[in-house]
Amino acid sequence: MIAESQGFAGYLRRDLLLAYRRRGEVASPLIFFVLVSTLIPLGISPDSARLAELAPGIIWVMALLATLLSTETLFASDYQDGSLEQLLISPQLLALPVLGKILAHWLVTGLPLTLVSPLIGLMLSLPAAGLLPMMASLALGTACLSLIGAVGAALTVSLRKGGLLLSVLVIPLYMPVIIFGSAAVQSAIDGLNWLGPLAVLGAMLSAAVALCPLAIAGALRLVSNN
Amino acid sequence: MAAGRNWNWFHRMGSPRWFYETTGRWLPWLWVLTLGLMLTGLIWGLAYAPQDTKQGNSFRIIYLHVPASFLALAGYYLMAIAGAIGLIWKMKLSYMVMKSAAPIGAALTFIALFTGAVWGKPTWGTYWVWDARITSMLILLFLYLGVLALQYAFHSQETGNKASAILALVGTVNIPIIYKSVDWWYTLHQPATIKFTSAPSMHMDMFQPLLVMIIAMYSFYGLALILYTRAEILRRERKSSWVRELALRTQPAQVDQ
Repeated sequence: MIAESQGFAGYLRRDLLLAYRRRGEVASPLIFFVLVSTLIPLGISPDSARLAELAPGIIWVMALLATLLSTETLFASDYQDGSLEQLLISPQLLALPVLGKILAHWLVTGLPLTLVSPLIGLMLSLPAAGLLPMMASLALGTACLSLIGAVGAALTVSLRKGGLLLSVLVIPLYMPVIIFGSAAVQSAIDGLNWLGPLAVLGAMLSAAVALCPLAIAGALRLVSNN
Repeated sequence: MAAGRNWNWFHRMGSPRWFYETTGRWLPWLWVLTLGLMLTGLIWGLAYAPQDTKQGNSFRIIYLHVPASFLALAGYYLMAIAGAIGLIWKMKLSYMVMKSAAPIGAALTFIALFTGAVWGKPTWGTYWVWDARITSMLILLFLYLGVLALQYAFHSQETGNKASAILALVGTVNIPIIYKSVDWWYTLHQPATIKFTSAPSMHMDMFQPLLVMIIAMYSFYGLALILYTRAEILRRERKSSWVRELALRTQPAQVDQ
């Protein structure tokens, strides 16, 4: 048990360190999020009333796309330099190191997206009542997205052009998350109870934490065999 | 060894050759059954069933729409269960069934969506509504396409099999979640303008042909699945001796010039 928790913490620390050394790469989903969100007023309308109506959905779609973009590289470098094989031959339960990697991924993508989202919210004139629910729903929701995306990333890691396929596999599975994420923000703006959708997001997150690492471990074993 | 003997049928079922030969004997009967039921159901439903008082003749598309939707959903579970059997018991045949179920299911989902859109235009005045059922059928189509795409993405058949089986299983967990979430999402935002449940319970004269069509569609699904799987067996086992013998036997005699 001690060795297993070390596997979790070890991979968490290792991936955070790797991310710190590749700061530029890590920042790009965040820059993407901000950039694409500024396209919306330019493309649709700078009118703040219309923007406010669209803001919850836009911010959620952009956060989803930014997470999707960063998911592709989750296992790619480990697969290329062979450290994935090292992980696979270790006698530990594979699910815990995988969970450590995903937590590191969320800390460098989902969490910054969450922290920067009030800024985008202000730019898209999101009503103030929606700011806190948006951050809460993004924090839980991007963690779900990281976990679900990791299943797709593990399945496609050995493919040369895995990126497009990854989005085909993963976007249908993302849909419940975005529905409840934007529903939480929307109901807060409408003055309804937003803790309900948030609780559903939390339930989805706990289900994903329990189930996704198993599917990821299976997929990694399978893909590295050939 | 009693336990071992009890499982013999299961292991024999895993043999592609046994499947090929057994279903070969069923095929003529299945063709007759499918065509018979399909023709009966279609003629009965399209020509003899009474007109709907509100929708007139346009309601008759139900005889294709409902059976196709049934099988599109059931087919996903069949595909995922076949994938799970393949992963657990490492049975070659069940991967072939899984692979065959994907295009059939995708086609049926498309038919369900398409007939729904065509039916929607005269009844609700629009081809598309973001209703819970319609949206989740669309997502079902995407899930099928993902399984299909993953199947063909790998060079190794073995990897493609297992990868798409894992994806199909992940999708199984998601289908109820997707369905419920889309359902709640719709009710969260706008009042239900169209109710699927408010239709008056069907008249017996309309319901009987529908029942025949549903059974016909099940039979058609079985037939299509067997035909696809047989083709897949021949493709994958083409190097084995029994397929070679079969090919030699069925090859038309060469005419000397």
